[in-house]
Amino acid sequence: MTEPTPKIRIRGLKKAFGPKVVLDGVDLDVMGGTSFVVIGGSGTGKSVLLRCILGLITPDAGSIEIDGVDVTTLTPRQREPYMARIGMLFQNGALFDSLSVWENVTFGLTAAARMGHGPRLTRAQSRARAGELLEQVGMDPAVGALSPSELSGGMQKRVGLARAIAARPEILFFDEPTTGLDPIMGAVIDGLIADCVRKLGSTAIAITHDMASAQRIGDRVGMLYEGRLIWQGAPDTLFDSGNPVVDQFTHGRREGPIKVDVRT
Amino acid sequence: MNGILDFVAGLGRAVLDMVRMAGKVALFGAVALSHVVRPPFYWRTLWGSLVEIGYFSLPVVALTALFSGGVIALQSYTGFAQYHAQNAIAGIVILAVTRELGPVLAGLMVAGRVGAAMSAEIGTMRVTDQIDALTTLSTNPMKYLVTPRLVAGTLALPFLVLVADILGVLGGFTVCVMKLDFSASAYIAATIASLKVMDVTVGLVKAAIFGFLITLMGCYHGYHSRGGAEGVGAATTAAVVAASILLLTFDYLLTDVFFSQ
Repeated sequence: MTEPTPKIRIRGLKKAFGPKVVLDGVDLDVMGGTSFVVIGGSGTGKSVLLRCILGLITPDAGSIEIDGVDVTTLTPRQREPYMARIGMLFQNGALFDSLSVWENVTFGLTAAARMGHGPRLTRAQSRARAGELLEQVGMDPAVGALSPSELSGGMQKRVGLARAIAARPEILFFDEPTTGLDPIMGAVIDGLIADCVRKLGSTAIAITHDMASAQRIGDRVGMLYEGRLIWQGAPDTLFDSGNPVVDQFTHGRREGPIKVDVRT
Repeated sequence: MNGILDFVAGLGRAVLDMVRMAGKVALFGAVALSHVVRPPFYWRTLWGSLVEIGYFSLPVVALTALFSGGVIALQSYTGFAQYHAQNAIAGIVILAVTRELGPVLAGLMVAGRVGAAMSAEIGTMRVTDQIDALTTLSTNPMKYLVTPRLVAGTLALPFLVLVADILGVLGGFTVCVMKLDFSASAYIAATIASLKVMDVTVGLVKAAIFGFLITLMGCYHGYHSRGGAEGVGAATTAAVVAASILLLTFDYLLTDVFFSQ
């Protein structure tokens, strides 16, 4: 019996910026319909990993397969159908300042329709659809008329989430979804993410250094350290992984194999 | 000897950096222009940029042109009155305004106002991940952000220069008639006699090229800004300085091409 093909398969992914090696041979399999959380310290390459998968950064070596197709070998035009299947929640929301909240939420739908990947919606239909999506993330549809600058950080994250799930993507990426939020709002966002991923049946990769968030979102968790995924396991083993590097990180200990360069 | 070698090496590096930068800008502009003929088209962004550049720059361009026309008239009078050649002032004003002052001053005003704003807007989008968000939402950032602005700059500046030409001549007329007691009808007749279609046309061609260069610099520096607020500030300054220098350089080159004989 053959094993099922992972939705996302990464092999030997490498990326360096000048002399600084950020990714040094990352291997990762994420099965369809599951959530994988990458944890790791600041500057360990978590965001670079996501950006490589999204095609925002070109890796130096290695392969990134989505449904068995190595997307690193595709031209931007060939990547378009894959991008249409991906939703992304950025760390700070990355909402477009010049557009209203509802236009932000339906931006991807409008873009997909322009590219012939979805039905064309009138402005009234788009606005109604944005209202439904805002309700899905626990917001009043009336918020759609506001500008992103009028929203709090937590509300911006929720609007970003509504925008990410608007096209019902097969794959969702979350870049530090709870950074900058209070613990209660962080838990709310995590709950919404878990709900959305479950309802859509999407495959998700999240990166975070918030252990509570990792446990709430992930089906599996992996730790990125010195450019490699040094450990993978179930979220409930996160604080008792048996790996000294992971244990030092998850318990926030100053002493251990991870040496933090603190300069006065 | 080592000092001379270091100086030459530094000079060489600076020249190579400049050539490399010119190549990057040219490539950036070429990619943006290639999207002019490839759908989808972002008409709303184009219209917004046209309004921003063409309409909201009108007051600053109009005032600059009005006063510059007046200054040319006054200065010309000071010089020409010594030789009893006041009749030539209307011709000098229209020549100066249509050939040089209209396009150059409108260009510099737009570079300061629109080039800086464009660079700051796109730069902020870059450092807050909005440009990456566009890519993840199946939207080509060059096509959505850069191409409409380049087209709008190229179309809007000739319109602004046409307004500047009219108001510059009006400024000269106002000073000559109200302050220097020229005959209004004689001034108008002299202006019409000196008006050349070629001068106005070349001024408008210059304006279109200046509009392209200003928006290209604004978009390029904003698009490649790095490092938060400081990076956006540096990009904005670089956009205005580069646009102003390019504008004056191309003004000389175009003047040489069209009027050197």
